[in-house]
Amino acid sequence: MTPSDTAVVVLAGAVVGFDTVSFPQAMLSRPIVAATLGGAIAGSAMLGLLCGAILECFALETLPVGASRYPEWGSASLVGGALYADAPSGSLGALVMSVIIGLSGAWLGGWSMVRLRTLNAQRARRNHDAVARGDPRVIRGLQLSGMAADLLRGAALTAVLLALSLPLRDIAARGWGQSPDSTRLTLGIAAVAVAASAVWKHFASVPNARIIMLAALVAGGALYFLR
Amino acid sequence: MTTATPPLPLRTHVAMFFRLLAIQGSWNYETLIGTGTGFCVEPALRLLPGGPDGEAYRAALARQSQYFNAHPYMAAVAVGALARAELDGEAPKQIERYRRALCSPLGSLGDRLVWAAWLPFCSLVALGLFALGAGPLLVVAGFLVLYNVGHLWLVIWGLRVGWRGGLRVAPSLGTPILRNGPQVIGRASAALGVLALPVIFDGIAGSGPSGIARLAFGMLVAAAAAVVLVRLQGRLEGWKAGLIALTLVALYSTLRP
Repeated sequence: MTPSDTAVVVLAGAVVGFDTVSFPQAMLSRPIVAATLGGAIAGSAMLGLLCGAILECFALETLPVGASRYPEWGSASLVGGALYADAPSGSLGALVMSVIIGLSGAWLGGWSMVRLRTLNAQRARRNHDAVARGDPRVIRGLQLSGMAADLLRGAALTAVLLALSLPLRDIAARGWGQSPDSTRLTLGIAAVAVAASAVWKHFASVPNARIIMLAALVAGGALYFLR
Repeated sequence: MTTATPPLPLRTHVAMFFRLLAIQGSWNYETLIGTGTGFCVEPALRLLPGGPDGEAYRAALARQSQYFNAHPYMAAVAVGALARAELDGEAPKQIERYRRALCSPLGSLGDRLVWAAWLPFCSLVALGLFALGAGPLLVVAGFLVLYNVGHLWLVIWGLRVGWRGGLRVAPSLGTPILRNGPQVIGRASAALGVLALPVIFDGIAGSGPSGIARLAFGMLVAAAAAVVLVRLQGRLEGWKAGLIALTLVALYSTLRP
């Protein structure tokens, strides 16, 4: 990755991290979007998309519900997509490592969001009297400083992840000892297992959903064999 | 008193809409989206007697910037309703009481409709497109357009309904989309999930030399692992289990002689 590519990845990481909660929550931060964008910046949107689809299967399970603690997928997925797209072509070791970096980076991102929210709370407490007086300057300032801090958080997280993960990606790309066939099988099983459990956890309690799932299974099987 | 709906100047309406997209900008564990709510209502409060320098403006802004919690998209209903209540000159105590009462329904309705139904549904559609061989642009654009049609519609609808209803906005929350939407989308997602997951598996794992046997084997192992993950619910999240498993695979694959 050239220095200018790296700078663009950091900038894009800030934007997708910012999208997660602060603005505009358009889901640019979903792995399938962010990793594809990262891949496009590094030279191959297609490879970024493959990494993003795997990460999206994992992300299906987590719901970004307000006060709960959840992983921040945006910046980490962008780094994962960029790393894989930038790897020596066809290196599945690099794909596995990019997914691992995406997952662990999302964990780190979630932690950084909790820290930011704690800092926002401290600022809100310090300005409590001014807010209680209805001072518009202070209220606007709290909002804008929170947003600026989130943008910086995304950029810093992306930069740190890139710096830490490039050597790991290279080690995995060079020394991968598994066949391409079994590597992709392992990735497919891990991603689809998490996605299937997420579909069950989210939707099995919806009235009639279990019957619908069974019907879809039968219909899907029939379609496959009739094809 | 809420009477015929007075027009909200377009400039104010647009300002409130864009601020609503940033309502969580200062999210924190003390006031949650309280400051953000004040920030979003503020353009309307400038229309109060005395303007932004008046006493009414400051008192209303202070009220609207206290603790508040709701789903970020559904908060549009509260922002519209509270702006209307302030401009209608409703009693401060009544506004505060109503503001507190809105938190819970706007939180749970939004969580059920958006986070637990619409987002996973759009995500499954995007994964399905990927698995069917769509290119990056189609997958990304398809997902973003589909998701944001729902997202932006909800914010625009919420602001309008809130402004129209003022302190009497509650009946609007019984609209069929909010009442039945999560179930309808949930059923569609359940069917889509079952249909799409084998194709997604094939998209990630590739057909390989053994074709259908490989697909059947992979899906059986994935289904067994999914059952374990469902049983471990509350103790171990699937994505963390996946991270641990893939890290072990990576260590084995790179370090073995």
